[in-house]
Amino acid sequence: MKQYIVRRVGYSLLSLFLLSLTIFLFVRVTGDPVSLLVEPGASPDDIETMRRQLGLDQPLWVQYGHFVASFVTGDLGLSFYYRTPVLELYFQRLPNSLLLAGVAMALSLLIGIPSGILAAVRVDGFWDSAGKIFSLLGLSLPQFWVGLVLILFFSVYLGWLPSSGSGSVAHLLMPAFTLGWYFAAAHMRLTRSSMLDVLGSEYIKLARLKGLPEALVIGKHALKNALIPVITLAGINLVVMINVAVVVETVFAWPGIGRLLYEGITFRDFPVVQGVVVIGGAMIVLVNLMVDILYALIDPRIRLES
Amino acid sequence: MSSEPLLSLENLSAHYVSQQGTRVVRAVDDVTLSLKAGGTLGIVGESGSGKSTLALTILRLLPPAARIVSGRMMFEGENLLDKSDTEMRQVRGKRIAMILQDPMASLNPLFTIGDQVGEPLRVHDGASRATAWQRAVALLKSVRIASPETRVSQFPHEMSGGMRQRIVGAIGISCEPRLLIADEPTTSLDLTIQAQYLSLLRELQREHGLALIFITHNLGIVAKMCDQLAVMYAGKVVEQGPVSQIFSTPVHPYTKALLGSIPRMTDNRDHLTAIEGQPPDLASLPPGCSFAARCPMAFGRCRDEAPPEFAVGEGRTARCWLAVPNADAKAAMERSNVA
Repeated sequence: MKQYIVRRVGYSLLSLFLLSLTIFLFVRVTGDPVSLLVEPGASPDDIETMRRQLGLDQPLWVQYGHFVASFVTGDLGLSFYYRTPVLELYFQRLPNSLLLAGVAMALSLLIGIPSGILAAVRVDGFWDSAGKIFSLLGLSLPQFWVGLVLILFFSVYLGWLPSSGSGSVAHLLMPAFTLGWYFAAAHMRLTRSSMLDVLGSEYIKLARLKGLPEALVIGKHALKNALIPVITLAGINLVVMINVAVVVETVFAWPGIGRLLYEGITFRDFPVVQGVVVIGGAMIVLVNLMVDILYALIDPRIRLES
Repeated sequence: MSSEPLLSLENLSAHYVSQQGTRVVRAVDDVTLSLKAGGTLGIVGESGSGKSTLALTILRLLPPAARIVSGRMMFEGENLLDKSDTEMRQVRGKRIAMILQDPMASLNPLFTIGDQVGEPLRVHDGASRATAWQRAVALLKSVRIASPETRVSQFPHEMSGGMRQRIVGAIGISCEPRLLIADEPTTSLDLTIQAQYLSLLRELQREHGLALIFITHNLGIVAKMCDQLAVMYAGKVVEQGPVSQIFSTPVHPYTKALLGSIPRMTDNRDHLTAIEGQPPDLASLPPGCSFAARCPMAFGRCRDEAPPEFAVGEGRTARCWLAVPNADAKAAMERSNVA
């Protein structure tokens, strides 16, 4: 078990290293940030000074080493654009992202779990087909398109909801739905397949043999077992929602972490992009690591494999 | 009531139909059986012969692809096929209970033993949570589980296989049913625990006046446990009657082959006897007797015409042309015995 955990932690650190290296290099491919930071017509000297101030005159490996070294001490550097620590920016935006992700997650579970159960109980029936269409659309329609159609309909034609910004429940509805639909589809499909698995089990057969009403068979004996994988996935998805709701936050101008990342990319604000991506990546890797270890604790077969 | 059998199945057929309706699998085909109160009926046959489907047919819990196409199922004077789903639910677990094959899989891993054992009482008898819990303790005690007071609040993974199977047995008898159907209840237990479990079932049967249907492929268990036997082949009951008579003078060649394939300690043969060939595809049965292709005594008529059930003695029937109660056929039987 100890060996298994050590190995898992090793893999996690390796993924984080590869992620940080990739984002470090990719962000530098987007162009020179200095040209966006200096006034038009600035002298070559000014530009050079700016570049030195930002540490961009150093060789790449020195820059990378500096980035990793400060990341390990919990320092993500200063934003080129805002001139404030990246971590401070991240925590400023975090509550908004948590709010959006929380509501979107609640929506996705409220839609995904009941419709997944219905689809499994009435497999191949009308609700199963309707659910398939709903989840196919949810997984395949691009979020920016869903967002724009919602804005067109509810803001432009009906005038019911504000098209962008934050501050009220009305502001939250469309972005939460846009973000939640995709995950509702994922949660629905997993609930359906896991429910079908459970419904075929011997203990469900025994529950029916006992003469339990169908509501008790489904609602008590099947549901609790079927939800275990769904809750696991939802936990991982919540972290994803918090950190990578870039498209939705941009379409609705929601001031969260996704939008911070988008701004970072537009302004070539390297520390912001690197910081947000690596924090998000670290959270996702950490949650996966925890799930792996928990599964190993629960299921002895995984432990033995290692 | 006492002269009437507890359960009688009359020409019962249940078929699996493929989604397009093109393939019909006759899993239970024209089965007529009866069982008196307190009696024990063994149903034997190879895998796929329709034994388990027959059990689920009696409880009307067939998978969605299967349906009961004809026949009657009289239980305590009522036709179970006339009952609504709700009425049928009130029969399951209360008047007819069933024990499944796999004790490891038939308990829900997320609920306590007490919850699962007491559940039928709460549903059928409206027992309160506390009463059901107390009854669960008593039931665990009656299936010989040590320290039932602590076991009752534990979860299935904390029990051994033998304990779990006894717990499943406790669930079966919780509402004091009239009939208990046990589908290969000991297959996954090791031998010493099998013997304990079987004697426990017999005790429970005596105490509660239960009728038992024992589905198994183990003729040894039938010999020990049952007074009536039905042999199934390809969805049909090919021979039935009192166990002792069938064991001493089997009529149907399939029954003879089954009895011949039991390995015995006294044998000095160095090989096991198997029945040649494969059971037929239940979706495309031959026109004649389903066993004809594997039968060492088959003759012309067997391949053309399916034999009906012939009475071959007091309370005995067999589906075999060799059992025709007239002289011609007797002669045919003798000829084929010589050949």
